[in-house]
Amino acid sequence: MGHHVVATTSEIAPGGNKVVTLEGREIVVFHVNGQFFALLNRCPHEGAPLARAACVAHLSSDEPGQFKRTRIGEMLRCAWHGWEFDMRTGQSYCDPARVRVRSYPVAIATGETLAKGPYVAETFPVTVQESYVLVHV
Amino acid sequence: MADVLEQPPARAESPNANSKLKVIDCDIHPSLKTRADLHPFLSKRWQQHLQTYGGHLRTPFTSTTPYPRSSPLLARRDAWPPNGGPPGSDLAFMRRQHLDPINVEFGILQVLDLLVVSQQNQEFGAALQRAINEWQIECWSKPEPRLKASIVVGQDNTEAAVAEIERCATTGKYVQVNVSPRANEPLGRRRYWPLYAVTEAANLPLGIHVGGYGGHAPTGSGWPSYYNEEHHSNAHSVAAQLSSLVLEGVPERFPKLKFVFIEGGFGWAPALTWRLDKHWQRFRDEVPHVRRPPSEYVRERFWFTTQPIEEPENSGHLRDVLEWIGIDRLLFSSDYPHWDYDDARFAFKTPLTEAERAKIFNANARALYRLG
Repeated sequence: MGHHVVATTSEIAPGGNKVVTLEGREIVVFHVNGQFFALLNRCPHEGAPLARAACVAHLSSDEPGQFKRTRIGEMLRCAWHGWEFDMRTGQSYCDPARVRVRSYPVAIATGETLAKGPYVAETFPVTVQESYVLVHV
Repeated sequence: MADVLEQPPARAESPNANSKLKVIDCDIHPSLKTRADLHPFLSKRWQQHLQTYGGHLRTPFTSTTPYPRSSPLLARRDAWPPNGGPPGSDLAFMRRQHLDPINVEFGILQVLDLLVVSQQNQEFGAALQRAINEWQIECWSKPEPRLKASIVVGQDNTEAAVAEIERCATTGKYVQVNVSPRANEPLGRRRYWPLYAVTEAANLPLGIHVGGYGGHAPTGSGWPSYYNEEHHSNAHSVAAQLSSLVLEGVPERFPKLKFVFIEGGFGWAPALTWRLDKHWQRFRDEVPHVRRPPSEYVRERFWFTTQPIEEPENSGHLRDVLEWIGIDRLLFSSDYPHWDYDDARFAFKTPLTEAERAKIFNANARALYRLG
């Protein structure tokens, strides 16, 4: 339990992701619209890796012929059956009341803070010049 | 779906840890890397035709389907082989991504490339079906003996189909004859009966995999607008074919022939047979050759593959449907590498006993296809 340094902020390109294994769990970290989100790398429907999901907009419609695109890039569309999940919360749009992907808190910290603090990952070389993505598991 | 969060996570280190059962997967789609893969099995004349003209179907578009799909080439987005080529075209990657982790003991090949069953140039179609059938053996069954080939034939050129079934059956290397549920006429029509005679004589099941374009709208109500609608029409098509086969008297005329509906769903089957029985009792003088209630033919002679698995809100309802059809008449299928793939470990969200799992995931197909 605790914070894990998983990447530098520049390492994950916007729209991209990185898969890490933390405390035995495969977790995928997404970078979208300047923010980072961490989710369990497994679709709760049939187990597909969410790292291979398409990052899409939320498309909704109030009536036929009208549509709205919102939350651009923040919806995950699973690589297999197309189940959609909110990247921020892991909530399912197919079955929001009952299904969600486990999500994990993410923080950004400067190397300077990390070098002083108790959260330095054993295996990740931290330098004071950069910023880092931390996932709390 | 309430219980999905309680399922154990997929374990990369031991992918089949919660399924020691060996699986027989009755629907795997191999693909050509390029059309030139067929050249060794085509004469120069048809190689040139394939290169110059390509296929001729009764639908618009030559390089995609009439209904653009939700994912490129219908495939899981993680199924594109790292070394290139379309999904399903790389045997080593298929082993690594599907056959090994799912513990596939045998896989039944279903070829959709070039929609051989729907080619309108019938001479070309005959050359193509022969090439596809040889390609399955040379490029898939030989290097990977777990993969079993189906004799793919376009039934509208009945004479060529009969010859191809006879040619392939004598090799003993094929486990099934495949025809399309969307040909020019319903499958029960007498023009197709010569196919059933040779299939029965070869002691092979008749596989009916969804797809193909015979020129008719995919629904009885006309052309739908969306892929969403068209996808369901697979079920309507095979339901109509079940009625046609039974009411035209095919199971009656060919008492040893077995029928397998592949990828057409199965939730519709119980309600259809209830209705068929009801009407058969009232109008049996219209079809006196149907000597027994339709449900009896279905119960004894028809099998259904499970993918895409039905997903009712209440998972207990899935259990009811499985029982109505018969646990011994369901065959697990994955549809690898397509987007609506079912993972053998997680697809069935209803309780099954070990004995029932053994039937659906292995024993039923082993007996039907007479696998070792």
